[in-house]
Amino acid sequence: MTNEVIKELVSGPLPSATFDESGEWLTIQIDAAQWKQLATLLYNAPYHFDYLFCLTCVDWKTHFTTVYHLTSTCHRQAIVVKAKVDRNDPQIETVSDIWKTADFHEREVFDLFGVRFINHSDLRRLILTEDFEGYPLRKDFEDPVNMIKL
Amino acid sequence: MYTETQIVNNSDDELVVNVGPQHPATHGVLHLVITLQGETIKKVEPHLGYIHRSIEKMCESLTYRQFIYATSRMDYLSAHINNHACALTVEKGLQIEVPQRAQYIRVIMDELTRIASHELWWGAMAMDLGAFTPFFYAFREREMITEIMEETCGARLTMNYMVPGGVMTDLHPDFQKKVKAFIQLFRSKIDEYDELVTGNIIFQNRMKGVGYLSKEDAISYGCTGAVARASGVSCDIRKLYPYDVYDKVAFDEILETEGDSFARYMIRMREMKESIKMIEQLIDNIPEGDYQAKTKAVLKLPKGDFYTRVETARGELGVYIVSEGATTPYRIKFRSPGFSNLSALDQMARGGKLGDLMATMGTLDLVIPDIDR
Repeated sequence: MTNEVIKELVSGPLPSATFDESGEWLTIQIDAAQWKQLATLLYNAPYHFDYLFCLTCVDWKTHFTTVYHLTSTCHRQAIVVKAKVDRNDPQIETVSDIWKTADFHEREVFDLFGVRFINHSDLRRLILTEDFEGYPLRKDFEDPVNMIKL
Repeated sequence: MYTETQIVNNSDDELVVNVGPQHPATHGVLHLVITLQGETIKKVEPHLGYIHRSIEKMCESLTYRQFIYATSRMDYLSAHINNHACALTVEKGLQIEVPQRAQYIRVIMDELTRIASHELWWGAMAMDLGAFTPFFYAFREREMITEIMEETCGARLTMNYMVPGGVMTDLHPDFQKKVKAFIQLFRSKIDEYDELVTGNIIFQNRMKGVGYLSKEDAISYGCTGAVARASGVSCDIRKLYPYDVYDKVAFDEILETEGDSFARYMIRMREMKESIKMIEQLIDNIPEGDYQAKTKAVLKLPKGDFYTRVETARGELGVYIVSEGATTPYRIKFRSPGFSNLSALDQMARGGKLGDLMATMGTLDLVIPDIDR
């Protein structure tokens, strides 16, 4: 399946999605509200992007982007989806019901960035302790005790 | 953490058992909260983060030459391969052509690391089941590899040998001789391992049919490495997306279809033999030339994001760098294999017996600093 085919099939139901082919893989840029629809689309036929190999988040100071790296175990093709998340009220739909690996990865992003995943069955801190305050991977996070400024 | 009231006042005759954080069979500080009904496991809930050092945050203030050293402390048994992944990502960003000699050295070192890592796993795995002797057997041969590493890189565990553009120093003059001596010895020893453990009927009874993971679940949970390959998922990055000289060596991707603990065990045992095959093809053919490409003193990655996938001893390691054109990365993410493999433990252990949990966990080959980062 070529990038052109994917672009055509995605821009049908999601006309506002933009594409970026400058990187190694095709990147689809969308808004947070469209993510669940796109995820369901990509998981099912004819794409079969059944393997979510990386889920992370980037803090751009004005907004967050959650980054999803997907690949298909039958087509052996990878794509990247970047969803723009509002920084003041960071929330996006969970995909842990589609890819089970998202369960842990979303908890990690929630823990370190404070992005809330709507409908996640068990959204608690994963790595840090439950009484920890703040989200350390945000760019404005300050810890006077443990942080070493270089 | 469960309180005493929650443990005692549990309905349905359920009992909550804490394993860890300090427990010999978790090989590190991992805390599992297990809900039991009689001897049967109802739920396994991992609690992580006891050795979280926030390596990703640290890397944001380290330059592209420095951050590689922090990654040796993630999966310390695959330190070489972690460094390799980072070096490849920086090279991808800067479009550096790595000299052939460096590529050969890197792959040989990677495979030696893989054997050393699998040997430690094999010894520890048998120890989890109550057999002590294999641990000493495994360490006897592993010592030869760590000695080769010490001589060549100056360190036994956190080698920091890979740098953007190649390797840090040239090979030790005795390197080829010592590696060949190791291969010759190891070939006979691996048969000894099979005689001692693999063929043992008690061992097989503990492993076969235990901790089953289906192919669909392995993909859905994002399992990689031996865990996924034991369920029949073809996912060897060295084969699918070859890097450096992996496309020049002949080797087989080991696959099993049973999906149980024994299949995961057999994958790693057979993988060691494949690694030996690879080293044998490369060791006599290391080309002459530079061991490092000429690079600038200060590295600046262009604006954009770069992702590299490599196969460590535990599975797929992903390094994701987001660059804003500065001397330090804007954001770095390490997609560690152990993190995803651990998330499938609940699925594997559910419905099994408490006594089998450690055997199942042993076959996942968890390294806790790799999960916590």
